[in-house]
Amino acid sequence: MFQSAILSQSVFRAALPAVTLILLLATIFTLQPRAMSVFGINLMLNLAVPIALATMAQLFIIAINDLDLSIGSFVGLVACIGATWLNDSPLLGVAALAACVLAYACLGALIHIRRLPSIVVTLGMSFVWLGLAVMLLPTPGGASPTWLRQLMSFRAPYVPVPIVASIIIAAAVHYGLMRTSYGTILRGFGGNPQAMRRSGWSMLRATMTMYALAGLFGVLAGLALLGISTSADANIALRYTLLSIAGAILGGCEFVGGRVSPVGTVLGVLTLALAGSALTFLRISPDWQVGAQGAILIVVLALRAAVARKES
Amino acid sequence: MKLKTIAAPIVAALLAATPALADTSGKRIALSNNYAGNTWRQAMLKSWETVTKVAVAQGKVREVSAFTTAENQVTEQAAQIQNLILQGYDAIVLDAASPTALNGSIKAACDAGIVVVSFDGIVTEPCAYRVQVDYKELGARQVEYLATRLPKGGNLLEIRGIAGSSIDDDLHTGIMRGVEKHPQFKIVASVYGDWTQTVAQKAVAGVLPSLPAIDAVVTQGGDGTGAAEAFRVAGRPTPIIILGNRYDELAWWKKQRETNGYTTFSGTIAPGISTLAFWVAQQVLDGKQLPKDVTVPYLTVAQEDIDTVLARTPVGGVANVEYTQADAEKILRDLADAK
Repeated sequence: MFQSAILSQSVFRAALPAVTLILLLATIFTLQPRAMSVFGINLMLNLAVPIALATMAQLFIIAINDLDLSIGSFVGLVACIGATWLNDSPLLGVAALAACVLAYACLGALIHIRRLPSIVVTLGMSFVWLGLAVMLLPTPGGASPTWLRQLMSFRAPYVPVPIVASIIIAAAVHYGLMRTSYGTILRGFGGNPQAMRRSGWSMLRATMTMYALAGLFGVLAGLALLGISTSADANIALRYTLLSIAGAILGGCEFVGGRVSPVGTVLGVLTLALAGSALTFLRISPDWQVGAQGAILIVVLALRAAVARKES
Repeated sequence: MKLKTIAAPIVAALLAATPALADTSGKRIALSNNYAGNTWRQAMLKSWETVTKVAVAQGKVREVSAFTTAENQVTEQAAQIQNLILQGYDAIVLDAASPTALNGSIKAACDAGIVVVSFDGIVTEPCAYRVQVDYKELGARQVEYLATRLPKGGNLLEIRGIAGSSIDDDLHTGIMRGVEKHPQFKIVASVYGDWTQTVAQKAVAGVLPSLPAIDAVVTQGGDGTGAAEAFRVAGRPTPIIILGNRYDELAWWKKQRETNGYTTFSGTIAPGISTLAFWVAQQVLDGKQLPKDVTVPYLTVAQEDIDTVLARTPVGGVANVEYTQADAEKILRDLADAK
C-alpha cells in the first residue's frame, strides 16, 4: 500500500507537466487551427528555447537549494556581449563569455565560503550584470553574428525545430544530472549536504560546478535569444528571472531537497510559453495575462500539494 | 423586387467609385503596444479606439484589436507579435519596446505577408514602416527657443526619459546638437525622469542641492511639473521649464502665466499618431506605394493657445490630434510630392 502510494505520487509528479502541456496544446489547436502546423509551432515556441536554457541554469542552482535572481540580467548581458564583441572581434567575445562562466563559478565559491544567502548575492549581482550590459550597449542595437542568426532561424521541413531543440536540452541535462554518478553526487548536496561532506565529497567543488553550469546555460540562453531577436538590448531578458523559477516549479522541481526534473522543467517552460499564446487566442485582455499565468502556476502547485498531502 | 434590380447597379457603381472601401473591407489590423502606464500611452490607446471603431463601423476594415503587453518587456512583445502572426492579422501596428530587439519577430511577420507599421517607439527592421516625429529636431528646437529667451546663455538641467529607448536617445542627441550650436549654454546635470512627474520630481530634488543657479530645464515631456515642484520645494526660483503638452503641465503654465506672466515652450508628439499609423497600414493594404519613413510635425502649444487647448484636453490627458482617413491621405500625398 505504502509502496504504491509513493509510486503513484511520483508518477503523478512526472505526469503533471506533460498532461498540462497536452491539455493546453489541445485548447490552442481548437481555438486557432492555423497554429496546428510546423509554421505555427515554430512561431509559438521559438522564444521558448532561450527560456528553456535559462530555466536549466536556474535548475542547477535550485538543485543545491539556492535561488538565482540574476539570471535574467545575466542573459541580457550575454546578449549584449554577443551583439558587440562576439560580432566585431570573436576572440574577445569568446573570452568575455568564458569570463562570465568563470564569474558564476566564483559566485558559487563566494556564496559557499562566506555562507551568504544566494538570494542576496544574486540580487546584488543582477544590478552588476545589468550595469555592465548598459555600459557595453548604452542604447539598444548591435548585431547578432551571422552564424548565430542562421543557426536560430534554421528551419527543417516537417519537424518544428524548437521541439527538437527542447528535446535535446532536456535529454542532455537529464543524462548529465540524473544518470551520471557525479550528477547524483551534485544533487546529493541539495538533499543532504551533511551526509555528502561526511562521505568525503567537496561541497565547494560541487557548488562551483553547479554555478559554472548555470553560467554556461545562461550564456547559451543569451546567445539563443540574440540569434532570434537579431540584436540586443540590456533589458531584453529581465523577465527570465521570474519565468525560469516558474518554469522549474511548474516542471516539478522543489526549492529544497535537491529534487529536480530536467524533462519536466522543459515541459513546464513550453507550457508557460503556450499559455501566453492560448490567452491571446482567447482574447483575454493582456492586463489579465500575467495574472492568468500566475493562476495556472497556483493551480498546478495546489494540485501537487493536495496529492502530496493525501499520500502522506 | 424591381427596386432591388435597379438598386444593385447603383450600389456597384458606388463601390467602384470608392476603391479603398472595397479593397480593405475584409482586412484585420492589430495594435501591439508595449506599455500603458503613463498619460501619453492612455491617450494614445483612447485615440486608437475612437478612430478605429469608426473605421470598422464604416466598413473600411473588418476588425481592429489592441493588445498591450502586461509588462514593458521586449521578449513579451516579441511573443505577442508572433501570436498575432498566427491569428492571421493582415497588418500589425506597433509601439515598440526596443528599436532593434523585436527585429526577428518583425521579419517573421513581413515574411508571412503581414504589413508592419511602427510608430512612436519605432523599429529598425527595413521591412517595417516607421511613423514618427523628428525628436532630434524637437530636442534642438528646445535650445533654439532658449537662445531667443536667454541670449547670454546659462546653466541647463536636462531631464531624460527611459534609458535605452529610441525616443530618449533621439531627444538627447537633438538637445546636444542645440547646445553645440549655442555654446553659451551649459548642461550642468542630467537625470532620468521616465516621462513621469513623480519620478522626475524625485530625480531633480536629488541633484538640486549640488547644483549652481539653473536658468532653464530641457525635458522630454511628462516631467515639467515634477521639475517645477522640486524647484519650489527647494525654495529656488522657477527656471524656464520646457513642457510636454500634458494637461497638468498646461494647467501649471496657465496658473504661472496668470500670477507672474511666465512664458515657455511646450511641444511633444501627439498621442493620436497611433491613428495615423493605423491609416498608413490601411493604405498599404489598399495597395498604395508609400515611403517606409513617414515623419509628421510634432504638436506645440503656444502661449496664447493654452486656454483653448486646455479646454479640449481631458484632465490627466495630453494635447492631441487624431487623424481621419482624409487627413492621413493628405499627409501621405504631401510626403510623396515633397520627394
